[in-house]
This record gives sequence, C-alpha cells and structure tokens, in this order.
Amino acid sequence: MHYHVYIATERKEAILDPQGKATHHALDSLGMSQVADVRIGKFIRLAVDADSKENAQSIAEESSRKLLANPIMETFRIVEILEATPKGASH
Amino acid sequence: MKTRVIVFPGSNCDHDAMHALKNVIGESDTEFVWHKDETIGRGVDLVILPGGFSYGDYLRTGAIARFSPVMKDVISFANDGGTVIGICNGFQVLCESGLLPGVLIRNEALKFRCKWVNLRSENTDTRFTNSLLPGEVINVPIAHGEGLYMADPETIKDLEENKQIVFRYSTESGELSQEANPNGSINNIAGIINKGGNVLGMMPHPERACEDLLGSADGIKVFRSLARHFEFAKEKQAIV
Repeated sequence: MHYHVYIATERKEAILDPQGKATHHALDSLGMSQVADVRIGKFIRLAVDADSKENAQSIAEESSRKLLANPIMETFRIVEILEATPKGASH
Repeated sequence: MKTRVIVFPGSNCDHDAMHALKNVIGESDTEFVWHKDETIGRGVDLVILPGGFSYGDYLRTGAIARFSPVMKDVISFANDGGTVIGICNGFQVLCESGLLPGVLIRNEALKFRCKWVNLRSENTDTRFTNSLLPGEVINVPIAHGEGLYMADPETIKDLEENKQIVFRYSTESGELSQEANPNGSINNIAGIINKGGNVLGMMPHPERACEDLLGSADGIKVFRSLARHFEFAKEKQAIV
C-alpha cells in the first residue's frame, strides 16, 4: 500500500522562536489582536510504501526521530495518514 | 600537523581554512576531503568542518551534512579523541551530529549578521586556545543567520561548570553585554568544546582573520595553538 503521511514539527515551548515572534508582531499591526501568540514549525509530507497504516506510521515516526525533528529543540506530531496513489501510477 | 578540511556541497570557507593552515602558518600536510569519501585517511591530527551552507541549509542547518558518507568516520575519529574544529556551519554540523550539545537557531534579530566581533577567551587551557591569554580579547568576523546558541538550562550549567565555554562575545575591552552579543546566544556563547576537550565548535571565523591584510591576524592564534599542541604531543611521544 501507498500512504501519504503528514508530519508537523514544532519548536518546544522553551525554545525561542524569533520568526514566530516577528510574525506575531506583524499580525498585531494588521489589527489581529485576538492572536495571542505565533509559533512557526514545518509541515512535511512523506510518501511511504507500507503494508498497513500502522507500519506507515511507525516508519514516519522513525524518520522524524532520526532526522526530521531535532529532539533537542523540536517535537513532532503525525497529523494525518492518507491512502494515496503511487507516483507514476496510471489513474 | 596532518590536517583534513572536509568539503561539503555548499562549503565556502574551506579555502580560507586551507590558506590559513598551509600558507600562513606553513602546515604543508593540509588537504581537502570530499564529503563523499568514506574515510579521512590514517594518522590525521586535525579535522576542520568549514563554514558555508552545506546542502543549502535544507531542513535545519547542518542536519543533512551530518549524514554525508565522510561524517561516519569524522564522528568515530572524534569519539576516539581525535581533534575536530567546526567553524560556523561546521559548528552547526557538530551540534546536529551530537558531538557537541545544544543547537544553533535563527539569530534573535532575524538578520544575517556579517561583521567583526570581539571574543573574550574564557578557557585557555585547551588545545585550541593555548596560545591565548586568559581573558584575551580577539577580533574576528562572523557571517551567519543561524548562530543563536541555546541548550536546556542543565546543559548550560554543565558547560559553565566544566569550563566548556571557550569564547564569549564581548566588547573590545572584554565586557559581556547584550550589545556585544550579535545573535542573542545564551550567556554570550560564541564557542564551546566537548567534555573531552577534543572537539571545538565556534560561530566566528578565526580562519578569515589570520593576516593583518584582512583586518586582523588574531584568528591565527587558534591554529597556532593546535600546531603547538601536536608538536608538543609528538615531542612527548619521542621522549617516551
């Protein structure tokens, strides 16, 4: 089976996020005063071949632990896993 | 001093390091090693991970370079006590490799900082700094967008207690202030060593400040320290 696994990485709360802070200021100056805080992370899509959704998830988790997120400063979350058509396959 | 300068795709201070070692201090056995090589070779004294933008800083600075074929050998060289210096992007690679604690993130002001800075020598009892005087201030350039050093409070406490902080950003007269800190690094940290004292990471560029013609020759003291360290080690070995 072929899956698309969507992963979000975020900085830990204790880690400064100057990009988020600057973006928050910009939103504030747009009048979006309801926005209390902004944190910027990454959104990653992996195309994974696996025999089950669970396996696709564990492959994505291992990838995240080993490379996609730096555990010193980031956390990661598997956001969604969707069945997908392999790249190059005819529709 | 047998030195190997690792070249990643996107390294741009490799030639500066080569020039400083080979032409300025006259260490003739200095060569480049391409990142795809699986070994740095035998009998190497010093490995330099140079500045630049390895792999375009994709994902996180230093994150992909860490998986270059040659890094396996560099990591085991360092774990066996081999001497490694990572400058700028090299420092980021060392942190991503786990050879040094902490991380380097986007400068607090969100700007790429390219300027001369003053560094106060905090620990001169290392192989990288034995030619400097305690508290001596050196003038070297920085050029980075992601140089804010940070780590969790326990790690910072450890670094302070073990004298692992080798350089701090300071004023010309050696005072630590927020104005002297170009990137917002915790405790003005500019360079640290590992617990074993054989791995140094620093954001500023000593290799770009090795001749008066370039504005400062202070950086040469780092490389002279290393040359002195290995000369002394070889003499000691000859006596034994």
